[in-house]
Amino acid sequence: MDQFVVNLLFVGASFALYIGIAIWARAGSTSEFYAAGRGVHPVTNGMATAADWMSAASFISMAGLIAFTGYDNSSFLMGWTGGYVLLALLLAPYLRKFGKYTVSEFIGDRFYSPTARMVAVICLIVASTTYVIGQMTGVGVAFGRFLEVSNTTGLLIGACVVFAYAVFGGMKGVTYTQVAQYCVLILAYTIPAIFISLQLTGNPIPALGLFGDHAASGEPLLAKLDQIITELGFAEYTAHHADTLNMVLFTLSLMIGTAGLPHVIMRFFTVPKVADARWSAGWTLVFIALLYLTAPAVGAMARMNITELMWPEGTSGQAVSVEQIESDPAYDWMATWQKTGLLGWEDKNGDGRIQYYNDASEEMQAKATEEGWEGNELTNFNRDILVLANPEIANLPSWVIGLVAAGGLAAALSTAAGLLLAISSAVSHDLIKGQFNPNISEKGELLSARVAMAVAIAVATYLGLNPPGFAAQTVALAFGLAAASIFPALMMGIFTKVNNKGAVAGMLAGLIVTLIYIFLHKGWFFIPDTNTFSDADPLLGTIKSTSFGAIGAMINFAVAFIVSKASAPIPQEIEELVESVRVPRGAGSAAADH
Amino acid sequence: MSENSSDNAYWSANLRLILGSLIIWAIVSFGFGILLRPMLSGIAVGGSDLGFWFAQQGSILVFLGLIFFYAWRMNKLDAEFGVGEE
Repeated sequence: MDQFVVNLLFVGASFALYIGIAIWARAGSTSEFYAAGRGVHPVTNGMATAADWMSAASFISMAGLIAFTGYDNSSFLMGWTGGYVLLALLLAPYLRKFGKYTVSEFIGDRFYSPTARMVAVICLIVASTTYVIGQMTGVGVAFGRFLEVSNTTGLLIGACVVFAYAVFGGMKGVTYTQVAQYCVLILAYTIPAIFISLQLTGNPIPALGLFGDHAASGEPLLAKLDQIITELGFAEYTAHHADTLNMVLFTLSLMIGTAGLPHVIMRFFTVPKVADARWSAGWTLVFIALLYLTAPAVGAMARMNITELMWPEGTSGQAVSVEQIESDPAYDWMATWQKTGLLGWEDKNGDGRIQYYNDASEEMQAKATEEGWEGNELTNFNRDILVLANPEIANLPSWVIGLVAAGGLAAALSTAAGLLLAISSAVSHDLIKGQFNPNISEKGELLSARVAMAVAIAVATYLGLNPPGFAAQTVALAFGLAAASIFPALMMGIFTKVNNKGAVAGMLAGLIVTLIYIFLHKGWFFIPDTNTFSDADPLLGTIKSTSFGAIGAMINFAVAFIVSKASAPIPQEIEELVESVRVPRGAGSAAADH
Repeated sequence: MSENSSDNAYWSANLRLILGSLIIWAIVSFGFGILLRPMLSGIAVGGSDLGFWFAQQGSILVFLGLIFFYAWRMNKLDAEFGVGEE
């Protein structure tokens, strides 16, 4: 069967499943729409949160970034999992005890200030919207590739699907849909990895195969990889080359950002008990770890396969010939991906062969002169195609390729839906009900939530159609903003007696300073060429704009403490509120009076 | 209940547990995975060293252990101090 038909079958069947579940679980009341009636088991909730959390960035992009950089990009692995420790220990159980629906409600009540709530809502909307734009762009690229339609058509189809189940299903629809998406996503990620690990190391578990022996040479896989890529002038895969301070801050930003993202935190409102909120964070990380422990193996093994394909006789023999790329079925993936414009090669010296090496390395330049090479001839290899192209690179059966297509879409769509839900509840519940019209009927609130969601999808789709040119940075911005604004406010609300003025000043300081630092490096409102600095030569030493969220969080804490010390202490009833969120007893009733 | 001494003992037990857990959290990721990696470079793990393993696998496994340990300890503490849910 044609690969296109196989892809269509897998993607179509998975969508039918998600939409079917969304219709089956249509939300009725407001509380069901937001928090699924608090009837979700911790394991189910963990699985849904994992699908919600793992976006196009984790599924499609991360292994590719690790493959071409190696150890230095371990920040993604530690950062995006380590945040769950903060979430489980510092936030989840207390927010569940507090027993409201949204993050900004907690901030508004705890800091007894509508201003604090408004500031929180703004932070949430900014972070979630920027994040969802990146997801919609990913949806467009993935649909375009696998349905063999243009990026624009792919994005519009994707937007309709997200609209269908997010708007009509609400949280409950999303929760069960996301369980299904998790299953598709994790199978799609691990099955090709298992095949490839067996091929390369004979070990069926990729995470163990990564540290096992390379079957063909008998040497440890990582040592072999280091050897062949350094022979081509590339940096050692396992060595530390990155700036250490920036690496630490980047990891910390991703961790704090994870614990400050509203769509992830909201999940912990949906478990029945405080004890379940603690377990739920653990289960979420179990399901995330299945992908995250596999990702570094996917990266290293793909790098190995690509290098060996380009140098079929070994790095000391002849490079692959253009004729072989065009005729050997093992190289069909190169022609397929060349069409997308994300992969390219060029026989610069006209010797009929494609030499892949690091032409920036001095040693290789000497060798190139000797051999008559005129620069690296694998001219373009977009990091984001690696995971999607991986089963084709390893020559796996066509059903595996179809499965990966469905998995990539599941990852992008599930995150988009979760973020849209967070945005819609921020608008309808916090802005409209909390601020402008407290007497709005339940029906009216539900309607406004759906309208907000539709508007958010339209905005994200529009921006996804005309990408402002910051797709990769979008995710970093969302994390930096969440880290600098939301996380410190939540943590101080639970663990300290910081007052209303302190919280507002802290959030504003963290948000504004981080935004300015990002704009200075990426351009004002991301308009190209309006930046004063670049991440290659940042304003503050070696601290890149993607790592600044951690600094923003520190500024937030410092400002909040100073302002709080200089103003009136918190009133008695807030003192009691803080005491009450610290103990689980009475959690059920707190939820019921809403 | 805010002035209740058993609540305060419960809260400080919780804080001690959080602090201990976060120290381990930082040691395995920022420590073994990044800053202390040169110290661990002598310990070979399948073609690389222990620091590389912690950065790409070990820290994630420790994070998992920490969350489940904390959940188990806290649920026990809730019962000991009689502050759990009914």
